[in-house]
Amino acid sequence: MSVAAIAFYCFALTTVAGGLFTVVSRNPVHSVLWLILSFLSSAGLFVLLGAEFIAMLLMIVYVGAVAVLFLFVVMMLDIDFAELKAEMAKYMPLALLIGVIILLQLAMAYGSWAYSDGFETRLAAPQGDMQNTAALGLLVYDKYIMLFQLAGLILLVAMIGAIVLTLRHRQNIKRQDVLAQLYRDPAKAMELKDIKPGQGL
Amino acid sequence: MISSDIQIVLPEIILALFAMGALLGAVYTGKDKTASFLTWLTAGVFLVLGAWIGLNGQGTQEAFGGMFIDDSFSRFAKVVILFSAAAVLIVSIDYMAKRDLLRFEYPILVALATVGMMVMVSAGDLMALYMGLELQSLALYVVASLRRDSAKSTEAGLKYFVLGALSSGLLLYGASLTYGFAGTTLFSGILTAVGHDVSIGLLFGMVFMMSGFAFKVSAAPFHMWTPDVYEGSPTPVTAFFATAPKVAAMGLFARVVYDAFGGVVGDWQQIVMMLSILSMFVGAIAAIGQTNIKRLMAYSSIAHMGFALMGLAAGTAMGVEAMLVYMSIYVTMNIGTFAFILSMEKDGKPVTEIKALSMYSKKEPLKALALLVLMFSLAGVPPMLGFMGKLAVFRAALEADLVWLAVAAGIASVIGAFYYLRVVYYMYFGEDSDALDGTMSPVAWGMLVASAVIMLVGIVNLFGIVPMAAEAAQALVN
Amino acid sequence: MEKFILLAPFVGSLIAGFGWRFIGEKGAQWLTTGILFLCAALSWVLFLNFDGQAYTIHLLDWINSGTLNTDWAIRIDRLTVIMLIVVNTVSSLVHLYSMGYMAHDENWGHHEHYKARFFAYLSFFTFAMLMLVTSDNLVQMFFGWEGVGVASYLLIGFYYKKPSANAAAMKAFVVNRVGDFGFALGIFGLYMLTDSIQFDVIFDNAPHLAETQLHFLWSDWNAANLLAFLLFVGAMGKSAQLILHTWLPDAMEGPTPVSALIHAATMVTAGVFLVCRMSPLFEYAPETKSFIMYLGAATAFFAATVGLVQNDIKRVIAYSTCSQLGYMFVAAGAGIYGAAMFHLFTHAFFKAMLFLGAGSVIHAMHHEQDMRNYGNLRKKIPFTFWAMMIGTLAITGVGIPLTYYGFAGFLSKDAIIESAYASGNGFAFWALVIAALFTSFYSWRLMFMTFYGKERGDHHAHEHAHESPLVMLVPLGVLAMGAIFAGMIWLKPFFGDHDKMTEFFGMPHHVAATEEGAAADHAAPAEEHAATDAAHGEVAADASHAAMAAEHHGAERGAIYMSDASNEVLDAAHHSPVWVKVSPFIAMLIGFFTAWVMYIRKPHLPAQLAANQAPLYNFLLNKWYFDELYDFVFVQPAKAIGRFFWKRGDEQTIDGGINGLAMGIVPFLTKLAGRAQSGYVFTYAFAMVLGIAVILTWVTLTGGSH
Repeated sequence: MSVAAIAFYCFALTTVAGGLFTVVSRNPVHSVLWLILSFLSSAGLFVLLGAEFIAMLLMIVYVGAVAVLFLFVVMMLDIDFAELKAEMAKYMPLALLIGVIILLQLAMAYGSWAYSDGFETRLAAPQGDMQNTAALGLLVYDKYIMLFQLAGLILLVAMIGAIVLTLRHRQNIKRQDVLAQLYRDPAKAMELKDIKPGQGL
Repeated sequence: MISSDIQIVLPEIILALFAMGALLGAVYTGKDKTASFLTWLTAGVFLVLGAWIGLNGQGTQEAFGGMFIDDSFSRFAKVVILFSAAAVLIVSIDYMAKRDLLRFEYPILVALATVGMMVMVSAGDLMALYMGLELQSLALYVVASLRRDSAKSTEAGLKYFVLGALSSGLLLYGASLTYGFAGTTLFSGILTAVGHDVSIGLLFGMVFMMSGFAFKVSAAPFHMWTPDVYEGSPTPVTAFFATAPKVAAMGLFARVVYDAFGGVVGDWQQIVMMLSILSMFVGAIAAIGQTNIKRLMAYSSIAHMGFALMGLAAGTAMGVEAMLVYMSIYVTMNIGTFAFILSMEKDGKPVTEIKALSMYSKKEPLKALALLVLMFSLAGVPPMLGFMGKLAVFRAALEADLVWLAVAAGIASVIGAFYYLRVVYYMYFGEDSDALDGTMSPVAWGMLVASAVIMLVGIVNLFGIVPMAAEAAQALVN
Repeated sequence: MEKFILLAPFVGSLIAGFGWRFIGEKGAQWLTTGILFLCAALSWVLFLNFDGQAYTIHLLDWINSGTLNTDWAIRIDRLTVIMLIVVNTVSSLVHLYSMGYMAHDENWGHHEHYKARFFAYLSFFTFAMLMLVTSDNLVQMFFGWEGVGVASYLLIGFYYKKPSANAAAMKAFVVNRVGDFGFALGIFGLYMLTDSIQFDVIFDNAPHLAETQLHFLWSDWNAANLLAFLLFVGAMGKSAQLILHTWLPDAMEGPTPVSALIHAATMVTAGVFLVCRMSPLFEYAPETKSFIMYLGAATAFFAATVGLVQNDIKRVIAYSTCSQLGYMFVAAGAGIYGAAMFHLFTHAFFKAMLFLGAGSVIHAMHHEQDMRNYGNLRKKIPFTFWAMMIGTLAITGVGIPLTYYGFAGFLSKDAIIESAYASGNGFAFWALVIAALFTSFYSWRLMFMTFYGKERGDHHAHEHAHESPLVMLVPLGVLAMGAIFAGMIWLKPFFGDHDKMTEFFGMPHHVAATEEGAAADHAAPAEEHAATDAAHGEVAADASHAAMAAEHHGAERGAIYMSDASNEVLDAAHHSPVWVKVSPFIAMLIGFFTAWVMYIRKPHLPAQLAANQAPLYNFLLNKWYFDELYDFVFVQPAKAIGRFFWKRGDEQTIDGGINGLAMGIVPFLTKLAGRAQSGYVFTYAFAMVLGIAVILTWVTLTGGSH
């Protein structure tokens, strides 16, 4: 068994284990941490495949940003997971049974896995001495430009959605009006009145 | 190369650019004050695009290396999607303005969702499929919880989102299994890779993908979200859910099973049949217990999807044709019905209890009559158009020798007739009460009456959609 | 013109029925009546100008399915034009009469509108009847046949507030269904064997049918006999012949004008018309023909006996109608269709008039129908009295024996009796002669009880008895003319003169028959009758004409067809002995004197007789116990079976099953589905996963398509 193979199995097992513990762990914070582990080992798998750029993206975006965001969200949420779990526990035997069935069936499918004819030729990576990043760029901005743009639209929708659902313009609070402040004429800011004694305004 | 590609996806690009432009414009001007105008404008753009696609397109063209297919099938679906989306937008203005829900993001989100739907029905690649699906779904999740101050609305959005994510997961899992077998994501590539023989792994991939689609068309047993989401969402959004996305999802379903798995019809046929029968019966039986008309319509749409799937299950060009005709009729009926539901109110508050319709015929004979026609049509009573749709799918099933499927469908439609007729019963023979006092906007009234009239007049030649649907089916099945 | 005659009553009916709110009840009455008078006038024009050559007017394609090609067409031949004048004349007069009779009907309140409906029904009936008589194929005829059935049902049950009227309407409908079943079977059979329902095709095939065997029920039958018999079953129902006659007396529950129009002059004669129309078929069905004779004679006799003791004025006339229809069938059965049509024609006049006269009496007596409460009315309602008198003279057959002068009934009835004698059927002959005696008796009994003697019954009614308005008297007058003169004018073409008859009905000349007949007749008895019978000489002279006609025998066909045998009978009838010719007259005189003795001379006699002969009297009074028999044999068992299927079959098994399913299992499933909809996201997700698992298992087990 080569070093690469050993490394692959290490990463792969860690990924699966991470995923499993993400689901079963009792503490939600631990779940997120398991998830990060899973992400990291996936990044390792990508490195083994020679896709360094994607591996780095995974580290930076998923581990660095998404998972940390998750962590914050989970910490801020006030959910009694124990209660939910108790509710779910009622279904646990049945759920386990079904899970086992699906697993068995999938195992059967993988056990007798067959690739289609000409699978290898369709999968062949583009030849040529090209950098990971450049190759990706070519794909994303050329061949898959439509998908890339659609992905952009999806993100736009996500943004709009977030704003629509959360942004509130409170009516009864004062807001800073920068322009009004800037264009304020100091001469008119204050008026002096000479008030005669005994007369009042 | 790229310019011809762009030529083909021009309608989608225009719509996306319009959405972005409208977003910018609205944000920098009157914001929600422009919402009413923007909604009209969006509807107008839909109509123009729909007319353009319907009149202009011809032949079959592929763009971006086969990822995007423009054929008469996709054009048929797109026209139905665009027109129904436009109709729903127009109908909803009055309701949303009254309830202070009319925000400028609403038409923009609907427009973006529509872009997603158009991509869905044109997808020629697993990735394009997924992108379209997610673009559509994400926008729908947001509009479902548009009434963010209402617990029900946010709950609806959240449920839809969580379960939608699950279904996306299933779909992706299936897609990766398929990719793992075929080595390509292009439908045409999958078609050649699969040939006429299917391995168990690919079969599983197909099942997972189909369950993802089944979720989107709300076919049983992946329908559970539907009643809750329909009930919780603002009514115009419910109307939208019940129409355009259903057409898009059904179109996508047909697209994948024929374009990617057209060689192994027998394998997916039985799955579709199973979904179809379950949907018809669940829709018919569960609807009986409903007291809320929006939930009722949810189950109604589940049952109707079962009938449409029956056309798909036939596995013939005739079946696809029947499915398309059925969906067109279904969408028309639903727009009319929802135009009415939108007007159900008492003391300015929306009412969704079916009992509130008691003796409605005395107060508003014309509207009650129109609703009666629509209910009969939904139930499939001849000579309404709904019957013609049912007839088409029944015939397709029979011609494909799926006799017992047709028999089951017959039983289900008899059970289902009960709750439609109950609505009519309340309107004409219910206990006397003055539950409803709302007035109807002229637009909604027009939609209701037009829809009812179409149900009656359409039996003459179904407005000529049959040959179009036949052409579309031919393009897909070939 | 033909189209107008056929369709105008229908249009009138539609306008009167649905549009009377716009044109008013008066408008509806005048409209329908006016249309009918116009139709009647046109019918007479058509009748008088008709040259005997049949033609067809195509209206529209009706049924086109496989070999069944049916047009909606008007067939105009002699039979049709005769029926047209009968139907339209009587119908128009009845319309006019009804304006008076129905003006104030105490069955309806002041605010209730019934007149327009009545006139719409009347017009609709007329349309259906015209449809029947103008059809050129069996299906169109069946349409008219059922149309008159419906109209009859509606009109008998016109007073739908009276349970008895409803029951009578239903009875008429149900009994007619029995006959119609036979009729329909006959049509099916003809279609099966000739592959057509067009009269022409069927008639061309009739000789062939006579040689065909047809398996029906338990045995093989001669096709012509069987099919003719089945058609005759239909005729029996419509024309109230014995066995299926029970509905006709009950039909008197309808308004009197209806009785005059439908149950005397037109609809009930449809059976006779059918037999005459199908004469080319019946001529090849000798057994059926002889059955028709026996049954017709039996009916004539039976109905006359029952008529002797009835007390309701309308029922007496109803039984009289039944009896007269029996006469017509005897003539038809003897093959002398001309005589049958002749009696149909004259009978329409005098019987309609008797009914309308009876209606006038009833009108005068405030809807009292029991003759025992009449008496001495001739002074109060003289015009009606004289009209009824003419009618009675006509029906009893008053005329100068051995000449051609007499009231309409004299000529037509004698023609039938002679035909019956000539056919060699002794039973039919004697039954008819005795029936003629009875006819005379009950007719005079009616006259005497109504117009002579002492006033009986309610004094108040007698004091207020008054002559009917003009609209009711005019029809009486017109019909009286018909009752007097119709017979004398048209005797020859219908019956009296063989050649005129041949020409009248457009028949090709019967070469062989007449020559043979002539030869035979010339040989022996011709010398005796040479003086009275001009036909023979003419027949010989007509030989060339006959030969010419025979050439295009296939091309043209008369309205009726008479086989050689029938032509012999006709000739024999013309040469029947004197005692035969005077026998009905003598029977009439006996009947008259008996009636005179019993109701004028010794009014106590009838009661004594009834007491002495109680069993016989009750037997007759209860109409030979037919109703009771049917009730026991058919009605009660049918009700029992119906109740069984209703209670056990329908309510318990079918309703129970469906309701159990609809109210038990479906709600249970609904509840189940409702419980599954828990509202928890994980339940829903669970359902999805479960679904996936099931589908996966399913595809694993079935292994996809292989």
